[in-house]
Amino acid sequence: MRRIQVLLCSGTACQSSGSDKVKRALLDELGSHDLLSEVQIVETGCMGPCELGPVLLVYPEGTFYVRVKPDDAAEIVSEHFLKGRPVRRLLWTEGAPQPQEIPFFSRQMKLVLRNCGTIDPEKIEEYIATGGYEALGKVVTLDPAQVIAAVKESGLRGRGGAGFPTGTKWELVRAATGDTKYVICNADEGDPGAFMDRAILEGDPHAVLEGMAIAAYAVGASRGYVYVRAEYPLAIRRLEVALAQARKLGLLGARIFESDFSFDIELRMGAGAFVCGEETALMASIEGRRGEPRPRPPYPATHGLWGKPTLINNVETFANVRHIVLGGAAAFAAVGTEKSKGTKVFALAGKVRNTGLVEVPMGITLRELVFDIGGGVPAGREFKAVQIGGPSGGCLPASLLDTPVDYDSLSRHGAIMGSGGVIVLDDATCMVNMARFFLEFTADESCGKCVPCRVGTQMMLAILNRIVAGEGTDQDLVRLAEIGDMMKNASLCALGQTAPNPVLSTLRYFPEEYRAHIRDRSCPAGVCPNLVRYVVVPEACRGCDACRRACPTGAAQGTAGKAPYRIADELCIRCGACFDACPFGAVKKEPR
Amino acid sequence: MINLRIDDVPAQAEPGQTILDAARAAGVRIPTLCHLEALCPVGACRLCLVEIRNWNGKLVPACATPAQEGLDVVANSDRLTSLRRTILELLFAERNHICAFCVSNGHCELQDLATELGMDHVTFPYRFPALALDASHAKFGIDHNRCVLCGRCVRACAEVEGAFTWGFAGRGVHTLVEADLGDRWGRSVTCTGCGKCVQACPTGALFEKGKITAEQEKRPALLAEITERRPRA
Repeated sequence: MRRIQVLLCSGTACQSSGSDKVKRALLDELGSHDLLSEVQIVETGCMGPCELGPVLLVYPEGTFYVRVKPDDAAEIVSEHFLKGRPVRRLLWTEGAPQPQEIPFFSRQMKLVLRNCGTIDPEKIEEYIATGGYEALGKVVTLDPAQVIAAVKESGLRGRGGAGFPTGTKWELVRAATGDTKYVICNADEGDPGAFMDRAILEGDPHAVLEGMAIAAYAVGASRGYVYVRAEYPLAIRRLEVALAQARKLGLLGARIFESDFSFDIELRMGAGAFVCGEETALMASIEGRRGEPRPRPPYPATHGLWGKPTLINNVETFANVRHIVLGGAAAFAAVGTEKSKGTKVFALAGKVRNTGLVEVPMGITLRELVFDIGGGVPAGREFKAVQIGGPSGGCLPASLLDTPVDYDSLSRHGAIMGSGGVIVLDDATCMVNMARFFLEFTADESCGKCVPCRVGTQMMLAILNRIVAGEGTDQDLVRLAEIGDMMKNASLCALGQTAPNPVLSTLRYFPEEYRAHIRDRSCPAGVCPNLVRYVVVPEACRGCDACRRACPTGAAQGTAGKAPYRIADELCIRCGACFDACPFGAVKKEPR
Repeated sequence: MINLRIDDVPAQAEPGQTILDAARAAGVRIPTLCHLEALCPVGACRLCLVEIRNWNGKLVPACATPAQEGLDVVANSDRLTSLRRTILELLFAERNHICAFCVSNGHCELQDLATELGMDHVTFPYRFPALALDASHAKFGIDHNRCVLCGRCVRACAEVEGAFTWGFAGRGVHTLVEADLGDRWGRSVTCTGCGKCVQACPTGALFEKGKITAEQEKRPALLAEITERRPRA
């Protein structure tokens, strides 16, 4: 009799912090106590709080352990499994052993992620046990028009970033003339700091495949592709396992559920170009051509893969579909705001206590997302802004924290929902340097096909590089806005059209920081190397000589044993060696 | 017949024709650079961007957008001229387009466009990357410093000659037109030496050896002359 189940997160984040070793250690311990028949270890997808990994959840009572080391296995087995006493030091919060008592979990609403962290993604039986493929079984008995009507009624919008109404897209593909149609799942998640789609593919791959099959039935396609980036080896492996299992059970392939509907899916690996997340570039890449976008219209709905009508949706969009079919469109639409229905998965990253993967109802405020669920900025620092939507998104300041998270509110303020990357920035973040980072990314990832993006990103980057080096002029700010506006209007695809957003939104909400860099030659956050100076705090200095030995130019000066030391600004090249070397935190960076 | 309006002039197009085709038939001038008759449109240079009034003022490339019934197109306006000038400036600043030292001086589409659109100076800093010149081919040369990445050579080679010698390598501002996956042109085993790429090139990037600037006039119309003579399937 199995009396205990251990759900061990084996998403990419927990694997990289050592979940495999924890599993082996637990198995060893269980073996030596002869408990292997009583305790079952289930490897699941991502549970969410990635920074606390490896994490595990012990049922039946639901004890949540964090930062588990292989060495902890002995104590968990002997104390908890044998004596029934949870190991208190491994709990996330003292006194709140269960997930539902922790705000990080209790404030979330898991729909898409419902199976992530609760089932073994490599066992199709576990997916089926949660109602998996029931939606597909139901759909093949319906008229395709009914399926599309349900998706339209649900109000589901594309989760890849632009928020196009999903049902309308399906309807367009259904209406397109042609015998051969394709369904593509866009899993080329490339935003820095975003890992929503990866988690879904790793934690619940069948939900995506089932969503694709339902879509294929609705639009009349018989072949599908998942375009997934090669940098996601675990997601690829789990997709391969899932495809093989689904085919074996006849859930993919010919005559699904003994209906006339046949559908199969192939994987295509992306070779690491951000632009291939753009639908026309993605299709060019599947076709074996250079991954470059092409002008639309014609849209993929009529002229897609190999010129055939093609439905292309994002991972999370497909993962929502089964819930609409099973729970009903009305129940789905009951969650969210007037124009943004359902939930959204976000990847919380940056200067926030609880980094990781969360799913919340649309319309929740940024404040709830960052502070209630994210736990706010770590002690000693202050919240400054939230960067939402990745390189295409924007930065929203503290004054906009009560903005509801939905497609329209975010774009009204100059950010975008995007695919769901949320990066929290604290007061030690330089907004100019942050904008420069994203521009460097888009300049590097521009495919080079159209002039506004190819050269425009370079020109904006050159200006930002000048500003962070303390060589900017007031005219540069006008110029940034001009180039940004030109790129927005004239670029061929969304990469170029949205690449200026990080710059334009920081110019809008943090103009004084740009001005400080230009007029005062000062970086208020103390980040830009040319615009800070290093000083020794006399009270903290112990005269250990570490800074003097580390300094390559003789700027750090003093005599061993005789505190305080000093740093001669005129000799300093701002390499930061003294800052890194000081064991007492006595070297400080301050704005010049 | 599709009926549309371009710069308030009634225009017509056959199904399958583009806004650019309709504009040319109606006598409305729209500047182009990457577009070339007989080659598939790519909409890359963005000089032919026009504004569609009944699509909320959306800008679309005239060369690659199918003509549709009832479109109200603005092909020339102060906004579009200023946008086109900026795009030209970006092109001039991107590599090296110092006309006085170029083999195509006087026969260059980039130069002609700058004259037409009144681009009298470049307000962006010149990047002047140090790019190579490949003179290994017996008859022709390629100077990447003069290349605007319009891809006309790539398409002429693939679509008209069928040799697929040229292709793009790298990405973004580091994109280069390369022969046989990066080999020197002179060593290319696929190049037929037909010279269609040279005739298609709008600037001095592809040039004929042994010709002085005054003789370096190109015949981009050659490609359409060839394809029009071919039997239609």
